[in-house]
Amino acid sequence: MYNFGYHRPNSLADAVTELQRAEDGQLMAGGQTLIPTLKQRLAQPSDIVDLGQVDELRGIREEDGALVVGAMTTHAEVAASDLVKSRIPALSSLADGIGDPQVRHRGTIGGSIANNDPAADYPAGCVGLGATIHTNQRQIPADDFFVGLFETALDEGEIVTAVSFPVPDKAAYAKFPNPASRYAIVGVMVAQAGSTVRVAVTGAGPGVFRDHAIEGSLAGNFSADAVGASSADEGSLNSDMHASSAYRKHLISVMTKRAVSAANG
Amino acid sequence: MPTVTITVNGQQESREVEGRTLLVQFLREHLNLTGTHVGCDTSQCGACVVHVNGQSVKACTMLALQADGSEVTTIEGLASGSELHPMQAAFREHHGLQCGFCTPGMVMSAVDLLQKNASPSEKEIREWLEGNICRCTGYHNIVNAIQDAAQQGSAA
Amino acid sequence: MPDGSVGQAVKRREDQRFLTGKGRYVDDLHRAGELAAVFVRSPHAHAKVRGVNMTAAKAAPGVVAIFVGSDMEQDGIGSLPCGWTVTDRHGEPHKSPPHFPLIRDSVRYVGDHVAVILAETLEQARDAAELVEVDYEELPANVLPAKAMSAQLLHEEAPSNLCYDWVLGDEAAINEAFATAHHVTKLDLVNNRLIPNAMEPRAAIADYDSGTDSYTLWSTSQNPHVLRLILSAFVTGIPETKLRIIAPDVGGGFGSKIYCYAEETVCLWASKRVGRPVRWTADRSEAFLADAHGRDHVTHAELALSETGEFLGLRVDTTANMGAYLSNFASCVPTYLYATLLAGQYRTPVVYCNVRAVFTNTAPVDAYRGAGRPEATYLLERIVEVAARETGMDPAELRRKNFIQPDQFPYQTPVALTYDIGDYEASLDEAMKMIDYAGFTSRKADAKSRGKLRGIGFSAYIEACGIAPSSVVGSLGAGVGLWESAQVRFNATGSVSVLTGSHAHGQGHETTFAQLVSDTLGVPLESVEIVHGDTAQIPMAMGTYGSRSLAVGGSAIVRACGKVIDKGKKIAAHLLEASVEDIEFADGNFTVAGTDKSKSMAEIAFTAYVPHNYPEDVEPGLDETAFYDPLNFTYPAGCHICEVEIDPETGVTEIVDWVAVDDFGKIINPMIVEGQVHGGIAQGVGQAMLEHGVYDSDSGQLLTGSYMDYCMPRADDLPSFRVGMTETACTHNPLGVKGCGEAGAIAAPPALINAVTDALGVMHMEMPATPEKVWRLAQQAAAAE
Repeated sequence: MYNFGYHRPNSLADAVTELQRAEDGQLMAGGQTLIPTLKQRLAQPSDIVDLGQVDELRGIREEDGALVVGAMTTHAEVAASDLVKSRIPALSSLADGIGDPQVRHRGTIGGSIANNDPAADYPAGCVGLGATIHTNQRQIPADDFFVGLFETALDEGEIVTAVSFPVPDKAAYAKFPNPASRYAIVGVMVAQAGSTVRVAVTGAGPGVFRDHAIEGSLAGNFSADAVGASSADEGSLNSDMHASSAYRKHLISVMTKRAVSAANG
Repeated sequence: MPTVTITVNGQQESREVEGRTLLVQFLREHLNLTGTHVGCDTSQCGACVVHVNGQSVKACTMLALQADGSEVTTIEGLASGSELHPMQAAFREHHGLQCGFCTPGMVMSAVDLLQKNASPSEKEIREWLEGNICRCTGYHNIVNAIQDAAQQGSAA
Repeated sequence: MPDGSVGQAVKRREDQRFLTGKGRYVDDLHRAGELAAVFVRSPHAHAKVRGVNMTAAKAAPGVVAIFVGSDMEQDGIGSLPCGWTVTDRHGEPHKSPPHFPLIRDSVRYVGDHVAVILAETLEQARDAAELVEVDYEELPANVLPAKAMSAQLLHEEAPSNLCYDWVLGDEAAINEAFATAHHVTKLDLVNNRLIPNAMEPRAAIADYDSGTDSYTLWSTSQNPHVLRLILSAFVTGIPETKLRIIAPDVGGGFGSKIYCYAEETVCLWASKRVGRPVRWTADRSEAFLADAHGRDHVTHAELALSETGEFLGLRVDTTANMGAYLSNFASCVPTYLYATLLAGQYRTPVVYCNVRAVFTNTAPVDAYRGAGRPEATYLLERIVEVAARETGMDPAELRRKNFIQPDQFPYQTPVALTYDIGDYEASLDEAMKMIDYAGFTSRKADAKSRGKLRGIGFSAYIEACGIAPSSVVGSLGAGVGLWESAQVRFNATGSVSVLTGSHAHGQGHETTFAQLVSDTLGVPLESVEIVHGDTAQIPMAMGTYGSRSLAVGGSAIVRACGKVIDKGKKIAAHLLEASVEDIEFADGNFTVAGTDKSKSMAEIAFTAYVPHNYPEDVEPGLDETAFYDPLNFTYPAGCHICEVEIDPETGVTEIVDWVAVDDFGKIINPMIVEGQVHGGIAQGVGQAMLEHGVYDSDSGQLLTGSYMDYCMPRADDLPSFRVGMTETACTHNPLGVKGCGEAGAIAAPPALINAVTDALGVMHMEMPATPEKVWRLAQQAAAAE
């Protein structure tokens, strides 16, 4: 690791100040991706601004019929939350499947979505559930937030503060993990809210995306039998030694079916 | 250099560290608590698992400064005196260790499991251990040890 | 008094320190004034090094020295040797090109050692390593054994990248056998490259003492004496008397810590050069790049069968990947530890095997848990399975029909080995009973009703452990003897220190050996201390590999105990005023036959050290050393059967049952033996389902360089195992033991692949059986239906 200055503000305002003051500052949430990246010397920030003591970014509450999850809420907290379990059990189970228990004790929703790893689970959760990302500057619909490979709509110095999830009628997340890394080879969040169905896919492509063809077929008939082949262009899907694009495309359909079955209970 | 103050196994310790000093380096190199091991550089093997404020975490994926003001328990702090913690005793009883390298992290992880789930099923135990890699035992006896510790109670 | 603990599941004595964080591994130790070493490694698979610019790096903070290969050359440091010379089919010795600890002109694999930085701190050394500018002229690289002979040359000394072209067996006889065959089964298969991954990464601390002109090296070694021998005799010229090697607690080895590696050699040499202790610990990424890998064979095999299913002959053609250089024992793995096992448990009268060992631009390949025997067993148990399917025979019955029978031992195989004893049908029968073979059909039907494909797979394996005797291995090219030493040293108070050459790195020797000594000498278990891992304490020794510790090291201990008893009888005879011939030793007491006059072992030990009343012709002291050179290999064997269920929609395979029935001869500690079986199976399942060391065939980069891509078996990948035992005692060692460390890793891969292919209804698939491969085969099978 290259050395860096370390800052641990107690408020969002102080975090913003520290970040502005730094020559090349980097926010740290749970650090479960950032620290391994630093250890491999793949990043060299001048300063780390640790959000770990910013209490206003923690916690889960219900607001206007939506679940609002503070950016620094850990995966374990989301997984264990009775409120989440009662309103959006799919979100609880998604959080419970991220990484391993120790990663879940440190890793946060804000860190995960700001990093936007193409195989991370939360991007599918956010897009599939039609979430809204709250920052210290604005609110961004999840559909617009995840821009590309490790790329988001966040501006320089913009900090994710919370994610609000509208409560769907039904939802479930199904993941096919990479046997080695346990990241998603394909992860699918399916949600039905009124007549709207959203199907968000992570792991398969360069970033999370919605499978509009499957959404269309599920809108009329929300059952596993209605799930057809994915409309994803095979050429745009990831292909590596763990899974070819053809296999990933197949798994999108299979995982969607399984998610729909789970959502239907 | 900044100073970090951490209560480790009940003892308050203050040291000057660099920003980049990992919690595991603080434990091993500054405090000479070498029971916490480093087996990988991608946060996967779990040889470095310790408890921070009662939660199991990977000490290789946390800066020492992030733990400032925390309570940390390492494998050295688990037994009370010469008496093994029930989870340690169960690992011994069921031959849940061979070379011993993954063992500290494995035991610390298992203790946390029972804190959260007092009577886990075999499947739940195996899933919980996703973040702990053992190359010697094939996990069979580790799972037996944890099941037994759960049945005995008081191993959390 | 005596515990009678042999055969009992005594809890391990080493566990106390490991469970409380008090294990002492190399990286836990520090020497005052030590420097951190970081290696500058090749990012290229093959390149000429035109120059190394160290100016900026030398000026970096904390840097004390930077060395390259020419610095070692100036000091006369030699090449890392291969300790086993294989003679090829033309009677020529194999090609063993130089393997310098720091390269001199070319790099030959990604991770090869270009320079070493010594700095005050590890991070300073890492910072400086980034400043070293190496001028590489890239060359074409090849990582595939099948293409090696037509690829860019790695070493001038090895034309066509051929290390050797070796043959075992009679070509005319095999052709004759095939000419009479009713059926010939042919199979092409790959034994996938594995990366050992002991959880403790390799580490070294070297400390030179100018006052005595001597060195101490703490090393993560399975065999510190062999390491000392290699470093002393072949690499550095440091006399053995001036080189002490300590292998303290070592966190697993599986073969990968047998060898003398570049890193520890450089640390040792550099510690004198800079006059300060030098430490190095691999991070996991370095371990992936630079630990010796395992397996990596490409094979074509043919099995000739008679009309009634008797095996008539086996013909095997293998290309074995040696990697970029010959590691210490690499050459014997695909020859004497592989081809000699191709008879398996069967009476196949003729076996012919041709092996070409080739150099490629990959990490060196050497022995990894099983070493040659897993490759032989996989081949044999796969081709037998395919033969059964092709001929419509039950796989268990085809095996049974060809088993060597209990009354045929000692059995001379056509591939050099003489099996002393075994009962293969007994383990097959027991395994079939345990798995309820008869009930498989209904379990398969039940799985089908749940949308799953169920399959069953057999593996009837044999291994050769405790490689021996020295005279034979010497005649085959080994550069060392393969005996073991033991010293049994009583203290005056009756406690006993046992110094063994068998290093333990997870195997539980401190318990098993103590049980053995406690029972043999009749002293309490807690009075026995097992000491290993320090060349300054232990007599010359050969170390731990090839499941030899109990069969060879344990036998040496028992021999030394026998000498103690013989001497004790003389002392007892004197004290009891009887003749030596009348003294009987049992349960820790020397007794005059037919009387109640006796002396305890503790009394005799005390007398030996306080010899006030003592026989004239006997030396004081009770401290005996023995060396044991086995008469033969031992031949553990057994049968594993597993059942899998496949989800055809995803290709995910679940192991739903696994029974292992092994014959390890006499068992000292069944708990430890079962633990060895579990761990071996896990590594075998890893090979068959999860693990694969993959290099990019164009760039030569290691694609599986971390746990993100190299799939280690985890708890939720594996089932609980059911372990059974049968017993035929080894006939030629004093304990009747055979060895158990590698059996699981040898037996498991074919059992798993046989089960998966059975479920899918296909003849063969390559390891590892990843979900995508299985899914594709399931699709094809469904389409065919």
